Amino acid sequence: MSLETFLQNFINSMQIGSFLALIAVGYTMVYGVLLLINFAHGDIFMVGAYVGYFLGTLLLNRFDFQLPFDLPAWVVVPVTVILTMAITALVGVTLERVAYRPLRNRGAHRLYLVITALSAGLLLEYLNLWGLGAKDRQFPELFEKQIYPISGVSVTNIQVMVILLAFSVMGVLWFIVQKTRWGMAMRAISYDRLAVPLMGVSVDKIIVTTFVIGSAMAALAGVMYGSAYPILRFDMGMLVGWRAFIAAVVGGIGSIRGAMLGGYLMGFTQIYVAAFLPSTYRDLITFTVFLLILAVRPNGLFGVARRTKV
Amino acid sequence: MKRYSMLLVYAFFFAITVLPSWLGLYDQYIQFVMTLIGINIVLTISLNLINGYMGEFSVGHAAFMGVGAYVASIITVRLFSDSSFFGAPLLSPKLAIFGFPLALIVGGIAAALFSLLVAVPSFRTRGDYLAIITLAVNFIFKSLVENINAVGGPRGFMGMGKVTNAMGDVIDLPWVMLWTFLAVVVTIVIVRNFVSSTMGKGIVAIREDEIASELMTVDTRRLKVIAFMLGCGLAGVAGGLHGHTISFINPSSYFILQSTIMLVMVYLGGMGSISGSVISAIGFTILLELLKPLDVLRWVAIPLLLILLMLFRPTGIMGNRELPDVFPWLRKYFTSTEEIVSHGSATD
Repeated sequence: MSLETFLQNFINSMQIGSFLALIAVGYTMVYGVLLLINFAHGDIFMVGAYVGYFLGTLLLNRFDFQLPFDLPAWVVVPVTVILTMAITALVGVTLERVAYRPLRNRGAHRLYLVITALSAGLLLEYLNLWGLGAKDRQFPELFEKQIYPISGVSVTNIQVMVILLAFSVMGVLWFIVQKTRWGMAMRAISYDRLAVPLMGVSVDKIIVTTFVIGSAMAALAGVMYGSAYPILRFDMGMLVGWRAFIAAVVGGIGSIRGAMLGGYLMGFTQIYVAAFLPSTYRDLITFTVFLLILAVRPNGLFGVARRTKV
Repeated sequence: MKRYSMLLVYAFFFAITVLPSWLGLYDQYIQFVMTLIGINIVLTISLNLINGYMGEFSVGHAAFMGVGAYVASIITVRLFSDSSFFGAPLLSPKLAIFGFPLALIVGGIAAALFSLLVAVPSFRTRGDYLAIITLAVNFIFKSLVENINAVGGPRGFMGMGKVTNAMGDVIDLPWVMLWTFLAVVVTIVIVRNFVSSTMGKGIVAIREDEIASELMTVDTRRLKVIAFMLGCGLAGVAGGLHGHTISFINPSSYFILQSTIMLVMVYLGGMGSISGSVISAIGFTILLELLKPLDVLRWVAIPLLLILLMLFRPTGIMGNRELPDVFPWLRKYFTSTEEIVSHGSATD
């Protein structure tokens, strides 16, 4: 493979890896705090993409229903992104309130929580299919696409934005988790669930915060994904989100660093496998490779083996 | 009385399902639904063995069903029918009557071997990892079959209709329904005996407390693999029957939605209850058929039902009890779980 193709694939991998890392971090944060694999997170990403689609198209006056005013692009973009993140965070919190909290308060077996999470994800997907139909939607062009050819490798401005955004968001997240009191509480809950309320910290509030952050990040990933790949499908939550989930697990579920690494690893595997083999083998090879990694290192790359007291 | 009670029950169900179909009293659609019910019963009981009795969380059962469906269908179509995939049959279509059950068994064995691939790496780990791995197995199976163009890839595989017709030409019986009925009986007998055996008690012990059972001489790894293979093998047999019932299979029919449907049936019936699995399989299949006019809303209803179930009745219809536990007057005729559990207790 020539250097140019290699670099081109590298840039593409970084882009896809950024999406997957943003989503994977959401999975990992909820697992760290709740010890629950939030299977619905991939579909929260889908909700974010679709909400961004509706808001963007509405504000850009692309719908048949026209707003009485026209907004310039530099207003539409931040408004769309922030509103999408807010609405998606609301969806995530509602999910936690309605589906997970009653089970947690009842002290239900973790298995029931996992089943509920899986069903909630599928419910979101099929609600989308039922409500919006099977036709794919076209994400509005929020950013004017510009291509920068750098010595044979073409980089789009969206790719640059996505990668920079992913790194800065993860930097902010690292800051929150390591340096703030909220973050300390989140880490505390993942170490010892029962001691935290004894220290005067409301576990419910921290859990809601975790869901807000995770869902907002997934929404950001959704909007950026829609900008990069404008065709939205109802099952994109499953296609993209569950890949991110496997990435989070391989990285070590519960470790944010692991989720980021896993996301980029998944991105690189997907792109480079498709570069060398027919694209139909992509999923097969990816999942097999990841299962092998899990077989060798069952707790993931950065995961810490949990000790259970008998 | 107890000796023959189950035989009478089987004879009764035979009399209301297979016999009238043979005599032509039911139309094709009713026969189709009955066969589907039988297949779902086998699937639910087989998944109940893994999710209910053993307490694991396997979300990929559809993949094993799919393995059985494809293997059995490929065998029958290759050997007994003239198809666009393979050409002329290798053996006379008249032998299909004997070849069909063999193909089903081979499909089941193939599914069990495939499950071995999944079970061995996953049982090294604890907790949610089986869920993750079986979820990935869904994708792996679909991706695997979509890459094998010789059996149609994503476009699907067909030709089983000719095999079923060939069987009907030799002796006019509703063959697929008959074999489905036999599969249901065999499944119930196997699983019932397995669960009441020492191995079965070990399985339940694993569910209750894996570490304690390991201390109490239960070979957890071996038992997990055995139970997993048994459950997936039965699912493979059901898959083979399913393939021949719908006569056209493609990888998407054995994907996440199918896995979810099976999960719903297991948890609706109750983890660890064979009668619960039977009841919920019958009820849920009929419900799905009744909801057909609703189209896509059906797919919304399935996960919604599961969520509501988890919120309000996580134990399902029967919990982990069998019918004679719920209706004590049945104990004169059938053995209940209590009797099995207390068999050989100190108070005898």
